[in-house]
Amino acid sequence: MSTASLPLAPKTGFWHNRAVKRFRSNLLAKIGLFMVVALTLACFVGPYLLPYDELFIDVRNRFAPPLTGGHIFGTDPLGRDIAARLFHAGQISLMVGFMAMIISTVIGTVVGVVAGYRGGWIGAVLMRLVDAFLAFPAIFLLLVLAAFIKPSPLMITFIIAITSWMEVARIVEAEVKTVRERDYVMAARSLGLSSSWIMFREILPNVIAPIVVAATLTVARSILMEAYVSFLGYGIQAPTPSWGNMLNGAQQYLIQAPWMAIVPGLAITIAVTGFNFIGDGLRDALDVRSQKK
Amino acid sequence: MTDLNQLPNDNVLSVKALSVRLPKGMERSHAVQEISLELKRGEILCIVGESGSGKSVTASTVMGLLPDAMVVERGQIHFGGRDLLQLPEKERRALRGRAIAMVFQDPLSALNPLMTVGDQIEEVLINHKIGDPASRRAKVLSLLGEVGLPDPALMAKQYPFRLSGGQRQRVMIAIALALDPDVLIADEPTTALDVTVQAQILELIKDLQRKKGASVMFITHDFGVVADIADRVIVMEKGRVVEEGTAREVLGNPAHPYTQKLIAAVPRLRETAAEDKAEAAPILQVKNLQKTYRSKSGLWGQERVVKAVDDISFTLRRGETLGVVGESGSGKSSMGKVLMKLIEADAGAILLDGQDIRPMTEAQFRPLRPKMQMIFQDPFASLNPRLSIGTSMTVGPIAHGMDRAQAQTTAIALLERVGLGRAAFDRYPHEFSGGQRQRIGIARALMFEPEIIIADEAVSALDVSIQAQVLQLLAEIQAERHLAMIFITHDLRVASQICDQVLVMNKGRVVELGPPMQIFRNPQEAYSRQLVEAIPGKSF
Repeated sequence: MSTASLPLAPKTGFWHNRAVKRFRSNLLAKIGLFMVVALTLACFVGPYLLPYDELFIDVRNRFAPPLTGGHIFGTDPLGRDIAARLFHAGQISLMVGFMAMIISTVIGTVVGVVAGYRGGWIGAVLMRLVDAFLAFPAIFLLLVLAAFIKPSPLMITFIIAITSWMEVARIVEAEVKTVRERDYVMAARSLGLSSSWIMFREILPNVIAPIVVAATLTVARSILMEAYVSFLGYGIQAPTPSWGNMLNGAQQYLIQAPWMAIVPGLAITIAVTGFNFIGDGLRDALDVRSQKK
Repeated sequence: MTDLNQLPNDNVLSVKALSVRLPKGMERSHAVQEISLELKRGEILCIVGESGSGKSVTASTVMGLLPDAMVVERGQIHFGGRDLLQLPEKERRALRGRAIAMVFQDPLSALNPLMTVGDQIEEVLINHKIGDPASRRAKVLSLLGEVGLPDPALMAKQYPFRLSGGQRQRVMIAIALALDPDVLIADEPTTALDVTVQAQILELIKDLQRKKGASVMFITHDFGVVADIADRVIVMEKGRVVEEGTAREVLGNPAHPYTQKLIAAVPRLRETAAEDKAEAAPILQVKNLQKTYRSKSGLWGQERVVKAVDDISFTLRRGETLGVVGESGSGKSSMGKVLMKLIEADAGAILLDGQDIRPMTEAQFRPLRPKMQMIFQDPFASLNPRLSIGTSMTVGPIAHGMDRAQAQTTAIALLERVGLGRAAFDRYPHEFSGGQRQRIGIARALMFEPEIIIADEAVSALDVSIQAQVLQLLAEIQAERHLAMIFITHDLRVASQICDQVLVMNKGRVVELGPPMQIFRNPQEAYSRQLVEAIPGKSF
């Protein structure tokens, strides 16, 4: 009879985890991560390093082009520092993106897990609800809701969240349906564990990879959505800056002060491509089917 | 141990001092190391070994189908006066199929699901630019006939999903034989098949080899198969050849300790009767159990009705092991799940300690679940990869009201009992081998001190030597705790070793129920007789 001396494989650390290794060897993913980290740092640390705050009006330097009079990105028609406004707006835009992602991922995950595990009529009702939400064009729903509700950053976050949880729900439902049939779920049932334990403690950790990918891409989409709605004037209202309403304010001065549009436009581009690169990198890293070395 | 007296031109294929390197970070540096072997004209050479012994890598290297991560470090493979390893890829491709052909383990994944069987055979001929459409059609039909498929003309028009596993493997063999190769490499070609089908396929390979005079390199882990088919045997362990010789020498008088160990671990039909436990109290009585699967394809599609469990009755007594044997699709696994109430039965009674559990709801049955526990087939699938072993083992008892500290102590004691030690408690499933995981599965099932254990193919996925150890452990634990066990298996040899009663199932029905001596030595029903006949390596 063998005893307690059976050899065990050595533990693998986080950095040597295969998925982490694959992510680290993906150039685009690293670029994306760098873009997002740099932008986030700039938005949350940058304001403390600038000589002006976002509401200070420098009367002598209206329409100042970039790199004049201590304004690295120039000023707007009122003489407000664009860099300060950009970073402040970035805090709001990034927060809206993140919060919308968290809310929509939680809703989508719960709906997906329950629909996938329960199946039957509960699953059918939940998934038809998903279909119903998908049937609305998200942007119009957003605009209509924004017209009725006072568009504070919090409200915009909620509105974006409730129009973007469906994708996660569909992905999770499909994954849960396959995981549900695994032996370890059978084993958990035969141990007499409760359904909620099985759904959220046994199954959920095993479907986390596609959720992480979808969530990252949702951040990018939410930032874009917020910018879009704010640009149309239904989103976050001045004087609170956001990248979208900065663009809105810039359009009438496109000829005299093109930097007013270029700077927030670039910020949006960097944020969206950064998150998309990370999302694609995570997809490649976490997908066990793409077993590249 | 190589035979130096053989003339060199008698060898169709010879491998010399071949080493294949594995990527860094694997458990050893080389998949195969310094192996040499000869395949003689017109012989069946069996390469035997457990998983990870390098037998499949050897075959892939000969075929030139090594995965990119593995590199041939040195060595030669001589075939037809040339070293295959020195040939450019283009010339090797021309040899593949034409001179050396391969039959894979899983015929379903090796066949293209979107092409008819006939087209897939013809494809090989077209690719090697042989014949014209008419002659190719004729060749396809004659091949299908040769591998023993009924009505070749009809068969050629079928898609793989319409065929049974055995028929698919016959198609694979037909494809391999399409170009009349000199060497046929068969990598575990019968492992995925039922015993009766396995016996037919082995017969077919032997027959074709005799008729065509081809040389066959047959890779297997099963010494029973070796005994039935091999002329010569090579035994591999951890990438090295440990023993080589004629089948009679190696099986009858193994020289190397590893071979001796392997042969000793091969399950055999038991010769003596088990002690009678008929006077023990019944713990589980099953009466007229029914389970029917219904599936509809499309809205107006015809309903498919499969009777998975059809009117099954038996009695299980305390301390007794009931073996449930049958081929795939016989309903034996469905029955196990119905008994565990993981699937709802349609009709019948399941009396657990005299109480009918079949009509109970999940909530009513939950307090009774600890009495009945299950050990699953696939040790890689039955443990949640995201939970530590400790969590997996203790959640159940804690949910049933056991105190956390006590659950931990029990879990550690059980891990020690199954031979793993307390260090296993904080580890995750991927850190264990298959055999170790199966031990964890057993420990988990014992956490509740159950009265009945249902083991569904619990040792089928394990190598023979590990299998023997796990069976030994199960037998010890059963004796210690006076457990009743339902042991579901397709392997009649294993069933004969540990069971007190054997229930033979076919198409959801009980064919025969009786003590192992009756089932295996004197089967009453035609179907059980057929099953017993098909057991590989009976002579050995």
